[in-house]
Amino acid sequence: MARARVTRPAPRRVSPRISRRTSRRVAADVCLLVVAAAFCLPLAWVVLSSVDPHAGLTVKAPDGLTLGNFDAILTEDVTFRPLLNSLLLCGGGTALAVVCAVLAAYPLSRFRSRLNRPFLLTILFATGLPITAVMVPVYALFVQVDLIDTPQGTVLFFAASQLPFAIWLMKNFMDGVPKELEEAAWTDGASTWQSLLRIVLPLMGPGVAVVTVFSFVTMWGNFFVPFMLLLTPDRMPASVSINEFFGNRGMVAYGQLAAFSVVYSTPVILLYVLIARRLGGGFALGGAVKG
Amino acid sequence: MTRPTLARALPLTPAVVLLLLFLAGPIAYCVYIAFTDLQLTGQAESSFVGLENFRTAFGDEGFRNAVWLTLVFTVVSSLVGQNTLGLALASLMQRASKPVRTLTGGIVITAWVLPEVVAGFLLYAFFRREGTLNAVLDALHLPRQNWLFTLPILAVSFANVWRGTAFSMLVYSAALQEIPREVTEAAQVDGAGGWRRLWHITLPMIRRSIGTNLMLNTLQTLSVFGLIWVMTRGGPGDKSQTLPLFMYEQAFQNSMIGYGTAVALLLLLVGALFSVLYLRLLRTEV
Repeated sequence: MARARVTRPAPRRVSPRISRRTSRRVAADVCLLVVAAAFCLPLAWVVLSSVDPHAGLTVKAPDGLTLGNFDAILTEDVTFRPLLNSLLLCGGGTALAVVCAVLAAYPLSRFRSRLNRPFLLTILFATGLPITAVMVPVYALFVQVDLIDTPQGTVLFFAASQLPFAIWLMKNFMDGVPKELEEAAWTDGASTWQSLLRIVLPLMGPGVAVVTVFSFVTMWGNFFVPFMLLLTPDRMPASVSINEFFGNRGMVAYGQLAAFSVVYSTPVILLYVLIARRLGGGFALGGAVKG
Repeated sequence: MTRPTLARALPLTPAVVLLLLFLAGPIAYCVYIAFTDLQLTGQAESSFVGLENFRTAFGDEGFRNAVWLTLVFTVVSSLVGQNTLGLALASLMQRASKPVRTLTGGIVITAWVLPEVVAGFLLYAFFRREGTLNAVLDALHLPRQNWLFTLPILAVSFANVWRGTAFSMLVYSAALQEIPREVTEAAQVDGAGGWRRLWHITLPMIRRSIGTNLMLNTLQTLSVFGLIWVMTRGGPGDKSQTLPLFMYEQAFQNSMIGYGTAVALLLLLVGALFSVLYLRLLRTEV
């Protein structure tokens, strides 16, 4: 999106084409602003309602500003414990997925083998499988091996579900690091392990960051996996607790719901902004959707 | 070439173990229990029932309804909605001024990055009887509707468009930027209008991006659960119950894990089919 614009040659003389270009730009601007306004309405609701003492379901200017909604939800039961649970589950899942993906990407990127291509094709095939469909057998399996309702079981499944895409991206990023640098390190007596840690990883830092943020954001927002695999309310991450808390109540305090949504969404939006700036927009698509 | 292959493959082990245990394992187990009458209560009693679950499914009104709704949901929200809107946004962005481009992109991407459940709540508020959409319709003197009650599948489809368009927009922005300017300018000089340029030049040149994008959109849309669950719980009745929600209801609310898994297996097969098509589109890249 926010890529550098191609510098066009300056037009030689002022002609009708310039004004046509300007008018086309204005038309495009207007169209985009209309779409942006439409997309903005639901977002505006959450922001405005979170500071509105009398929030309802419609977007409207708040009747006076209040932080009461935030005050009301910033308690251990409603916000802090679920967010901490989210952090532990997603942090654990992300760490596991990223470490496994780095290790797996190394031989795939560096050594030639007849098995590389079939392996990568399988991985790519797995990125397409609907994870939702796997949840019923995973539940049945977790009941049998006693992993149901355990954070570690959820972490393991989170990591596994994210792995195919993580390996795929990581391998593509690692391919971008020239092999000569490593060979130089080897001649200086570094082991494969040392060269991976000291040479390859630092050079593909942005790539590792992308995979990390992408995995974390995906898990943070995921509802179905913890909804199925965890049963105890105290262990639920925010994605599930928010729905239990607000979804099962007859009368919903919309202002508080909005405030919680803001608190829960802010970290992932910040993470996205952080990473998107650095990598120019379509980061998640780097290796996956070339065409 | 001195290191043994086995030692080289060693770093792959953790990933492969995780994938086998938690992804391939459940899928294999899925294939097995889809042919049993496993129930939530009385685990030990399950027995092999052959194709019974599939026969039940195809004779089940609820299943056929779910297949139909999944089809509507996928076609409306992903094939038509996300894809077309994404392409339109991307090509408008090429002409628009920078601040407008940044603003629109930012808003559309925010909708994409939001957690699924939050997106569900936002669009629930938007489509409710006393929600924003009806307020806007009132202001325009258009008839209001109780959207979540009368047209729930369309409401969740639009929700999915709202949430998923950013992906197509990013894919197409990248693809359009790779079209050399000279090609479009040459066509312009030859007198080709906007639509003809789109049809004869732009679309053919980005056809591979279109293919991969359609595939990925479809796969994502096939597995949407949280968004619909939060907005409608599949209701009213079963008017927005797509296959994932039907699967959940059969397996857990009706305690028929075997039957629910058979449905899951069918969903996996459809996903696998799309996944294979996706591989074929990408085959020159690996």
